[in-house]
Amino acid sequence: MADIDIKDIIREENLVYKKTDVLTDNVMHYCPGCSHGVVHKLVAEVIEEMGIQEQTIGVSPVGCSVFAYNYIDIDWSEAAHGRAPAVATAIKRLMPEKFVFTYQGDGDLASIGAAEILHACNRGENIVVIFINNAIYGMTGGQMAPTTLVGMPTATSPYGRQIDLHGYPMKMTEIVATLPGTCFVTRQSVEKAAAVRKTKKAIRKAFENQKAGKGTSFIEVVSTCSSGWKVNPVKANEWMTEHMFPFYPLGDKKDCEKDPAEDYEKYMKG
Amino acid sequence: MGELRLMKGNEVIAEAAIRAGADGYFGYPITPQSEIMETLMVRKPWEETGMVVLQAESEVASINMVYGGAGCGKKVMTSSSSPGVSLMMEGISYIAGAELPCLIVNIVRGGPGLGTIQPSQADYFQSVKGGGHGDYRLIVLAPNSVQEMNDHVGLGFDLAFKYRNPALILSDGVIGQMMEKVELSDYKPRLTEEEIIEKYGDWAHIGKPANRSQNVVTSLELQSEIMEKRNQHLIEKYASMQEDVMYEEIMTEDAEYLFVAFGSSSRICQKAIELARAEGIKVGLFRPITLFPFATNQLKELGQKMKGILTVEMNAGQMVEDVKLAVECKVPVEWFGRFGGIIPSPQEIVDALKHKIIGG
Repeated sequence: MADIDIKDIIREENLVYKKTDVLTDNVMHYCPGCSHGVVHKLVAEVIEEMGIQEQTIGVSPVGCSVFAYNYIDIDWSEAAHGRAPAVATAIKRLMPEKFVFTYQGDGDLASIGAAEILHACNRGENIVVIFINNAIYGMTGGQMAPTTLVGMPTATSPYGRQIDLHGYPMKMTEIVATLPGTCFVTRQSVEKAAAVRKTKKAIRKAFENQKAGKGTSFIEVVSTCSSGWKVNPVKANEWMTEHMFPFYPLGDKKDCEKDPAEDYEKYMKG
Repeated sequence: MGELRLMKGNEVIAEAAIRAGADGYFGYPITPQSEIMETLMVRKPWEETGMVVLQAESEVASINMVYGGAGCGKKVMTSSSSPGVSLMMEGISYIAGAELPCLIVNIVRGGPGLGTIQPSQADYFQSVKGGGHGDYRLIVLAPNSVQEMNDHVGLGFDLAFKYRNPALILSDGVIGQMMEKVELSDYKPRLTEEEIIEKYGDWAHIGKPANRSQNVVTSLELQSEIMEKRNQHLIEKYASMQEDVMYEEIMTEDAEYLFVAFGSSSRICQKAIELARAEGIKVGLFRPITLFPFATNQLKELGQKMKGILTVEMNAGQMVEDVKLAVECKVPVEWFGRFGGIIPSPQEIVDALKHKIIGG
């Protein structure tokens, strides 16, 4: 057998995958098994494919993805905890020709920032919202989130979330789907290749919606937090599939492309 | 001569913002300043200059909209009154930390808590000493007339952009609600996208062209060595603001006693000077116009020549601390004020001067 040099293999015609240039080469600080890295990559790929790197402004949250700006090579605003939708509102309204998205976790979006997300969606701000729901506060060390499942132990619900003590887990995606300002509301995941492809398709659709001026597109990604859940990455995926998906069912909750007028009329009639 | 009008202080803020070439206003209704947003909504500047006006869901949201807008290199502002400004403290701290220019207007009412909707100057400490968390300062302007409500909008934006720092107009319900003659500023065009790229393209998040690195607007820095340098830079910036200190002296040439007052209190002091001088008491007025930077050196020089100083404030005695520091306690400094929404009468002020300083 003839000697094959690595250079013979790395050729344009053999290229099946290439890291998008919109992702920087910085080593990510995320834990092994964390969903953030995959979702970052998908956002970056969509930005590259649409050719909008120079027109896109991201708004990062407070939480594990506070440093999203270190990984996606665009201009960014780093918002205060929960306030990303308000920050994005002003950026988009003042520069309507740009693409603006927020990237928020469950503590940021569903707890401290509940008012900001609801009102941005209600005004139908023409932005994209990426909502990472791993049912826990990752950065601060695994405390209970509004999305923590009943019975799920966390640092601040060490005996498991109890309804009488902590209230119910919140389904933000179902809530914002009821608001007429949202045009596309979906819940996705990234634990396997097929799911990753679906999530990317949803992100692309969301940015296309913004291009067409359709209002708020809201994408929840049900995610893992192996550090916070205190399991290994493989177990985390299994646990998510077994416990998170039944409570947070995947799929589109609303797509104005399919039935825009009727939804709005129903809402206005009350 | 610019256009002359008879207007309410709050209405003038709105008119002046449009004329200053503001790009955006984000606010939430609260008494006694709601006329600012109401005037803007009636004026519809988005049809005239392209200025964005938006009623936010809360003061928390409106100040964060200002954060987002200021990060675009745009001229943006908000207005509120005391309880609303308290809600903005988080956002103001972030804006100061990220070194963004913006204008905040506080039409102060009495506190603490829900307090009263009547005028007050009790937010002096909150405005000039920080208010939010961390070591930061705001540029604080204290207008004492409807004319200065007009003038300080343009001035506030200019200083905010000069220092890349939030500027705050500390007014109160008296000036916000009263009507006076005002000479409006001429229209200034809003900056074009090209002008913004040229002026602020090295820091604003306006879309990253291929030939430059990312612009990230943030107040976050986890490396202590770098954060300390950032703090040091801010401290130096705040010190450098002294070159823009503003104050006014009235009848101080022959004065033996001095009133120190800002905003609406300074207007009442002018009448008190007339009354006192009719009784042969030689009293003048020192009025800080910028509350930060504070005219410490100028007040020291003038104040130390006096037999005594009375600080007059519609609060429980806040600026009096800075007056004492300025004159290094080398002359007697006393405070007189009313609060809870009560405005002191000129005679009360003269009586306090006699009681606390001359007879004291």
